[in-house]
Amino acid sequence: MKSRSGYAYIAPLSLWMGLLLLAPIGIILSYSFLKRGLYGGVSNQITLEAYQQLWSPLYAKVFLNTLLLSGIATVIMILMAIPTAYFMARSKRKTLWLFLIIIPFWTNFLIRIYAWIAILGNNGIVNQCLLRVGWIDQPLRLLYNPLSVILVLVYTYLPFAILPLFSTIEKFDFSLLEAARDLGATRFQAFYKVLIPAIKSGIFSALLFCFIPAFGQYAVPALVGDSRSYMMGNIIARELTITRNWPLSAAISTLLTLATLFALMVFVIQGSRPARVKPIE
Amino acid sequence: MSPQKRGLFTWTMVLVTLAFFYLPLLLLTFFSFNHSKSMVWEGASFRWYAALFLHSPDLWASFGKSIMIALSASLVATLIGSLGAIGLYWYAFKSKRVITVLTLLPLLLPEIIMGVSFLIFFSKIGLPLGLFSIFIAHTTFCIPYVFLIMTARLDEFDYSVIEAAYDLGAQEWVVLTNVILPICRPAIMASLLMSATLSLEDFVITFFVAGPGSTTLPLYIYSMIRFGVSPVINALSVVLIVGTAIIAVLTSRLFKYVIQK
Repeated sequence: MKSRSGYAYIAPLSLWMGLLLLAPIGIILSYSFLKRGLYGGVSNQITLEAYQQLWSPLYAKVFLNTLLLSGIATVIMILMAIPTAYFMARSKRKTLWLFLIIIPFWTNFLIRIYAWIAILGNNGIVNQCLLRVGWIDQPLRLLYNPLSVILVLVYTYLPFAILPLFSTIEKFDFSLLEAARDLGATRFQAFYKVLIPAIKSGIFSALLFCFIPAFGQYAVPALVGDSRSYMMGNIIARELTITRNWPLSAAISTLLTLATLFALMVFVIQGSRPARVKPIE
Repeated sequence: MSPQKRGLFTWTMVLVTLAFFYLPLLLLTFFSFNHSKSMVWEGASFRWYAALFLHSPDLWASFGKSIMIALSASLVATLIGSLGAIGLYWYAFKSKRVITVLTLLPLLLPEIIMGVSFLIFFSKIGLPLGLFSIFIAHTTFCIPYVFLIMTARLDEFDYSVIEAAYDLGAQEWVVLTNVILPICRPAIMASLLMSATLSLEDFVITFFVAGPGSTTLPLYIYSMIRFGVSPVINALSVVLIVGTAIIAVLTSRLFKYVIQK
């Protein structure tokens, strides 16, 4: 349908997103190619200095660390989410289960992080109990390490894996599993060779919803991590607010964005490719 | 669909997942009624709730600011996002794909990138950081959710209703207000709800675009939990969890639109 007033509908949207989304992203990209200003900020001199600084073992280590922490957390989330979503999809009380998953999903993000500080922190429940019983003389360092970052990442983003998997598995024809069993497949074979290929698109959207926020994480490592578990997000914030090296911060941001878009592309392409039917040996 | 079709393994995994989700929240609830300041049980008491409700003026001031931003950002985002979705859905534009991708971009970008680019942008154009800059940032990241929810609703219903209205001689304005908007009402409600929730919830982007005197509730909570365990936060957590549950019950019929994202 053609309409002249059609433009009136999309003008506010295009203007808002163009001016307040595209422009800031453009500025951050351009800042990564500028020279660092004397007192913070930037000076108008084009240089690749920020990217040269980025090309060092220190930042390579942070990049790999980020990839490792978010990768491990994502794999754990998917492994926990598939059986849970499968259970929910086959349940008669789908709404109830959905509700039970949505409550923690909607509970304030920081409160969900705080719950683990209250449990594992130096003054947390576990340490206080152990001290009281006399098993330890001083608090154990259960938080502020890479493992606690992974734990809290899984805790905060697990619903992001369960919900897309649930909506995919719900559409799955469960009689196919019975057919596979009748044809001699074991329970595990039926699961692995029939269900998993059929819900591939759901697995990839779950990967997407978990990996992207975990990879660009700032708050979780800032609250329950230490210097060993610093992720790219923390370095971006540090360069921006403490060191005040804006070009470097902009360059890391550009790298993080490119890495995210790359992961996105891979997941989307893999997820939309039709699953190949594998014969059962 | 008998339970035995879901083997022991799935049952175990579901129970583990639910325990994993709820044990920490239950522990917080339990210790919020603790008389002691530490995490050692010393008898029941409501003193931390009293401290939360009666003696935490800064916390409530930050809550007020969060509400103000959530209301304004969700209204503006819903208005802009819905109009855009209707426009792109019903009218043919050459730049349709470009605008769609641009609108959905915030869903793909890591939050910290949005926060950092807003901060640098606001400093470049000389906009002081404060409630207004937070409002702009929140509206921007809410628009894509509104857009998705509205598009899902528009996909759902019969296009011929609109054509019928035109055939019967309705003007464009009448079609919008008497046909399209009533049909989209549940999606508009879901958009408002989703945007307000996202805005109230946001920490990372707000962290970068807030200035002195514009501490929202998540920023306030952040500054509290950085200093470790506090019984007042336990009580606040319980209030927030219960509030979330109540809102979820009241709005459960809108879930359909919220989950589809």
